[in-house]
Amino acid sequence: MPVFYGTEVASRLMLGTAQYPSPSVLTEAFRRSGAGIATVSLRREAAGGAEGAAFWDMIRDLGLPVLPNTAGCHSVREAVTTAHMAREYFGTDWIKLEVIGHADTLQPDPFGLLEAARILCADGFKVFPYTTEDGVLGGRLLDVGCEVLMPWGAPIGTGLGLNNLYGLRTLRAQFPEVPMVIDAGLGLPSQAARAMELGFDAVLLNTAVARAGDPAAMATGFARALEAGRLAYEADPMEPRDMAAPSTPLLGLAVLA
Amino acid sequence: MTVTILGAGVAGLCTATELLRHGIAVQLVDPSGGPGPQGCSWWAGGMLAPFCEGESADPQIVAQGQEAADWWQQAGAEVTRAGSLVVTLQRDRQELDRFARRTSGHVRLDRDGLAGLDPVLADRHASALHFPTEAHLAPRQALSALRDGLTRQGVTVQPEAPAPGLTVDCRGLAARDLLPDLRGVRGEMAVLRAPGVTLPCPVRLLHPRHPLYIVPRGDGVFMLGATQIESAARGPATLRSVVELLSAAYALDPGFGEAEVLELGADARPAFPDNLPRVLEREGRIHVNGLFRHGFLMAPALARQAAALVLAKLKELPPCRSS
Repeated sequence: MPVFYGTEVASRLMLGTAQYPSPSVLTEAFRRSGAGIATVSLRREAAGGAEGAAFWDMIRDLGLPVLPNTAGCHSVREAVTTAHMAREYFGTDWIKLEVIGHADTLQPDPFGLLEAARILCADGFKVFPYTTEDGVLGGRLLDVGCEVLMPWGAPIGTGLGLNNLYGLRTLRAQFPEVPMVIDAGLGLPSQAARAMELGFDAVLLNTAVARAGDPAAMATGFARALEAGRLAYEADPMEPRDMAAPSTPLLGLAVLA
Repeated sequence: MTVTILGAGVAGLCTATELLRHGIAVQLVDPSGGPGPQGCSWWAGGMLAPFCEGESADPQIVAQGQEAADWWQQAGAEVTRAGSLVVTLQRDRQELDRFARRTSGHVRLDRDGLAGLDPVLADRHASALHFPTEAHLAPRQALSALRDGLTRQGVTVQPEAPAPGLTVDCRGLAARDLLPDLRGVRGEMAVLRAPGVTLPCPVRLLHPRHPLYIVPRGDGVFMLGATQIESAARGPATLRSVVELLSAAYALDPGFGEAEVLELGADARPAFPDNLPRVLEREGRIHVNGLFRHGFLMAPALARQAAALVLAKLKELPPCRSS
C-alpha cells in the first residue's frame, strides 16, 4: 500500500466528503469503499467555528486519517491561511494544497501553487499538491519539499477521466520513486483502473461517488476497479501488438473431418 | 387533557392545527411569542415541490410531500399551483438529463414550449423540465394563517408552559439538548424586488457548484435560495454566499440586474443524519423534528403522524377523574 510522508495508508482510495445527499449516505459510501483517507474541505464550514462540530465529529467517526484541503482558494495567501486553520482544527500537518487559477475551469495556478507549497513545506507542513501533469512543475514542487504529487486526471468535477494519457505516463516515468495520486476528474471505475494500470499509487475521488444515484454502490465499484487495476500493474501486463498471436498453436490442431 | 406543543415554527403550528382538528385541546408554547425571524421556517423558500426534491431526497419525501399543497390550502394559506421549472445554463445542459432521470412528474419543454410559459427564460434556455403539479406558498403568510386559525379557536402562543402534560416537542434545532444526533445545516437566502422579471412559477437553476432556486412572492418580489452548508452557525449571510446566489439569479434572468435587495437572511435547518424528518417518542415526549430543507413540504404529513401518535397515547392514559 502507498506510503505518504512515512505513513502507510490502508487503501489506494482517498475519498472526499462533500456533496453527499446526507451524512448517512456518506458514512455508508465510506464503509463500502474501503477508503484509506478522508479528504475534507475546511473553508466554509469552519467559518462557523464550533457550530460545524456535528459534521466533523461524523468525519472523525469514520476512523480514517484526514487530509484537509484548501479547496476553492484562489490565492497563495488564502491557501496558506486555510492550511494553518486546518492544522489547528484537525491536528494534522497533512494538507492537500489547491490553488485555483481559473474560476471556471478550476485549473491549478502553477505559480501560486509552487509559492504556497514552498511556504507551507518550510513551515513543517506535509504538502499534497494538486497539480497538472506538467513534469517541470512537478520537479519544482519536489524541489521545495513536497514528497507526493497529485496530478489531475481532468478538471475537477468533470468526470472526463484521464485526459492526457501521454502526459500522465511521462510524469509517472519521470519520477518513478515519488508517490503519485490521480486527483480530480474521474467519473467511472474504469478510469480509476486505468490510473492503477499506469502505475499511479492512489486516486482521489469525490463527485463521482457523491453525485452518483447510489453513492455506496459506486464506491464499491471504484474499490473493485482499483484492486483490478493494481493487480494488472503488478502482474506485468503483456505489450499490445499489431499482429494477431493465437494463444493455441495452429500446428498440430486435431483435424475433425 | 391538554397537549403541550413546544415551538411555534412550521412544525409546531401544523401539529397544533392537526391536533385541534382531531378535537384534542392544545397549548402552544414558544418563548418568542410566535412565528418570527428566530425560527428557520421564517426564512424558507416555501416550494411545495415533492417531485423536484426526489432528485436527491428519499422516496418518502416524494410520496408524503404530495399531501402538502391540499393541506396548506385547507388550513387557510394562499397556495399557488403554478407548477415549477428546472433549467440549466447551456454549458451544464447534461445536468438537466440527470435531473430528469432521477425525478418523475415532469414534462420536457423545448424552447417553444418554454416560451409559452416565460418568453424571457426561453431566450436563454433551449430546454427545461416542467413539473406542472407542483405548488408554492409564501412561508410568512402561511405561518400567520396557521397562527390566526389557532387564535380563532382560542389557542394563543404562551411564553412558557404552566403545567406540561403530554408534550410534543417541535423546537427544531433547540431540541439538540434531547436529540443529540440532530445537527444544523446552514442556509442563506435573499429577497429581491425586480418588477421587470416575470417568472411565472418557482424556477430551479441546476449548477454543479451554485444551485439556485427562485420563488415568486407576487408584486415583483422574488426569494432566492439557498445555500446548504454543514454548520449550525446562524449568523448573517456571508459575502461569498450572497455573491453566488445573486450572480446565479443574474445569469438566469438579466432582469435581476437592477433588482432592489430587500433582505438577506440566514439560519440553520435541523436535520438528522439521513436528512429525513421523524416523529419519534423518547422518554414520554413526542418529537417532531429534522425537517431539514422540507419544512413546509413535510410538516403536514408529520403533523398527521404526530396526531395519530397523540391519539394512541391518550387512549393509553387513565381517564381524568373529576372531583
